[in-house]
Amino acid sequence: MTRKQRRGILIGVGVAVLMIAAGLVLFALRDAIVFFHTPSDLAEKPIAAGQRFRLGGLVAAGSVKRGEGTKVDFVVTDTIGNIPVVYEGVLPDLFREGQGVVAEGKLSPEGTFLADSVLAKHDENYMPPEVAKALEAKGVKLGKGAEHPAGATP
Amino acid sequence: MVVELGHFALVLALLVAIFQMVVPAYGARTNDDRLMAVGEPAALCQLGLLIVAFLSLTIAYVTSDFSVANVVANSHSTKPLLYRISGVWGNHEGSMVLWVLILALFGAAVAAFGRNLPPTLKANVLAVQASIAVAFMLFILLTSNPFLRLDPPPADGNGLNPILQDPALAFHPPFLYAGYVGFSIAYSFAIAALIDGRIDAAWARWVRPWTLAAWMCLTLGIAMGSWWAYYELGWGGWWFWDPVENASFMPWLAGTALLHSALVMEKRDALKVWTVLLAILTFSLSLMGTFLVRSGILTSVHAFAVDPQRGVFVLAIMTLFTGGGLALYALRARDLRQGGIFAPISREGSLVLNNILLTTACATVFIGTLYPLALESLTGDKISVGPPYFDWTFGPLMVPLLLALPFGPLLAWKRGDVLGAAQRLAFAALLAIIVMVGTLAVLQRGPWLAPFGIAIGVFVMAGAVTDLASRVRLGSVPLGDAARRLVNLPRSAIGTALAHFGVGMLVVGVVSTSAYREEKILVMKPGEVVSIAGYDITFRGVAPRTGPNYREEVAVFDAARGGTQVSHLEPSRRIYDMPPEPTTEAGIHPGWRGDLYVVLGDAQTAGGYAVRVYFNPFVRFIWLGAVVMFIAGAISLSDRRLRVGAPGRARRVVAAPAE
Repeated sequence: MTRKQRRGILIGVGVAVLMIAAGLVLFALRDAIVFFHTPSDLAEKPIAAGQRFRLGGLVAAGSVKRGEGTKVDFVVTDTIGNIPVVYEGVLPDLFREGQGVVAEGKLSPEGTFLADSVLAKHDENYMPPEVAKALEAKGVKLGKGAEHPAGATP
Repeated sequence: MVVELGHFALVLALLVAIFQMVVPAYGARTNDDRLMAVGEPAALCQLGLLIVAFLSLTIAYVTSDFSVANVVANSHSTKPLLYRISGVWGNHEGSMVLWVLILALFGAAVAAFGRNLPPTLKANVLAVQASIAVAFMLFILLTSNPFLRLDPPPADGNGLNPILQDPALAFHPPFLYAGYVGFSIAYSFAIAALIDGRIDAAWARWVRPWTLAAWMCLTLGIAMGSWWAYYELGWGGWWFWDPVENASFMPWLAGTALLHSALVMEKRDALKVWTVLLAILTFSLSLMGTFLVRSGILTSVHAFAVDPQRGVFVLAIMTLFTGGGLALYALRARDLRQGGIFAPISREGSLVLNNILLTTACATVFIGTLYPLALESLTGDKISVGPPYFDWTFGPLMVPLLLALPFGPLLAWKRGDVLGAAQRLAFAALLAIIVMVGTLAVLQRGPWLAPFGIAIGVFVMAGAVTDLASRVRLGSVPLGDAARRLVNLPRSAIGTALAHFGVGMLVVGVVSTSAYREEKILVMKPGEVVSIAGYDITFRGVAPRTGPNYREEVAVFDAARGGTQVSHLEPSRRIYDMPPEPTTEAGIHPGWRGDLYVVLGDAQTAGGYAVRVYFNPFVRFIWLGAVVMFIAGAISLSDRRLRVGAPGRARRVVAAPAE
């Protein structure tokens, strides 16, 4: 085997692996990505029940109903639209009324969002960026938490 | 006063680093020995100054000096000592100081232990290392200065986010950074070699121990983060394919590839051009990780709120070093002479396959992590790429890698005998098939691919044992001889086998816990029993308790198996005093076949509590596998041939440090 042939085999294997990977990536990107919407987006452009997406907004004050079975009910709002959410499981520690939240799941035929995961915040000053941006785009004034980056001089 | 001293030391360190960046490189260019020699004392001096800066910040934290803005924002006087110390790097500014400290530590280590490096190479390495330090020290001083004072000082601080007050997390960032930043040495060596236009097997021999040390730390750092997420976040998950996790995982994948390609270069003088590129890419991925975490542009459980100006600064640093490195590579790579021919089926060939698969896997993670960002900036659509994407792309690429893994060490350099290797692996394959059939027969549930995944893990583990067994000729020589041979094996051979064994453990843990996890969510009243995975768990009730800086509600559960009590679990819900944040502490019973994991939920209006119970089979194998890899790296590092700066040490008289 010449040096050229050997190199050819190596390049061939490399290209084959890359093509397989590219195929997998394209396939997975079509099926495994999840879009992000706010409640008022849903009012403008309804989404079919059963389709997975991420819902972002603020947890409406006074809307959290805990303690009735293992399910937790709350309402996600962007002050323009509201979507009721049902989540089964234990909420992240920093889940709070009036704070930003991102839930992932799908709509039920009745229009309730069935969340299977609720995104936790890592930092008490943290507002999920897409929530902050989406809310800003809708002209919602953000709370104190969003304006004070962690570590900035108070 | 101490704080000003630290601030001053940091500024001085910047000046020393500028000096170290310019003078030795100029010396290397003009071939002036005296100018090149100043790199060494400068690197040591820079380290000394950064130690002073870091210690003074630590003192401010330990003594709770609330005239310092950074301490106020992140600490509190009632916080336990360990967390007052870990609070130093538990925030943006302090963690960047740790970043440059570790950078200087690696640079100083090259200066101190690299006495036998060719002088021009060493001068260039130290200069490149210093240029990275200059960029990051400017970043700290201009955008994220931890030494700023407050006037008047408040009475007490804001405290550290309670979920960060945890022993595993206290040590997670230093290890992670030691890994990230450690790859800077590989980068500096690569750039220095490109500047020199000369590279040989000795280069790989110098680079490999540093890469290995960085890789070990990164392995342990990632494992600690995963372990922390597992027991602290209360979801029982250990990996979320979260962008910030991926940010640390990509350098790990590239670094693992680099370790293996540097091996080919060292032993066979081949793959030089590729190894240099990989060294540049690995550190570039580390920089990108820093950028992703520090810019706050990602939605992530880890995202820290930061000011966009900082993100732009880190982006500029990243572009400079990645772009600069790659441009230099494009210009000079052609000058690096290729050497070492090998057949496709050979040790080299298997390591090339390892590299192709690892870098491709790294690329799929890269696409999955950055695609949402790219799409949003192009179309405005906001999407997230979740675990299914990674299961579909990363998973299939790991299968051929893991299947080929046990063959690699059994093949000879240059030209290997794949049939001979297959014969030696017959026993390992048989064992894997037995485990696969056994898993199918016993469990008869879960995804159909899972038994295959477990079998692959077992194959890798058994393959590692086979490698050692065939090296010591177990079975063909008396047992005593085999034992003596084992002791006399090169440490790096033992390290290789052990690291591969760790990979197998990790695979078994990952597959079994992902496929066969059991979960129950229910409302329980005191006295009620829930059964899961053969355990009967009795809920005894809830009582309040007070900790050093928190109050908690503790639930008591007794777990029994076949009528005998095996464990007493106490999951709790805490409210910290400062900041007043709630956290959930899981109750975990580690068993050899898996963990029992209980989380206390909300109190119910009708009495009782919501409770989440999990059984995670073999989940500990994941972290044990990582620890085994770390130990394997340490064993390998202790090999005489690999020892940092070992070849021909102390040939030259040690120059007395100047200044």
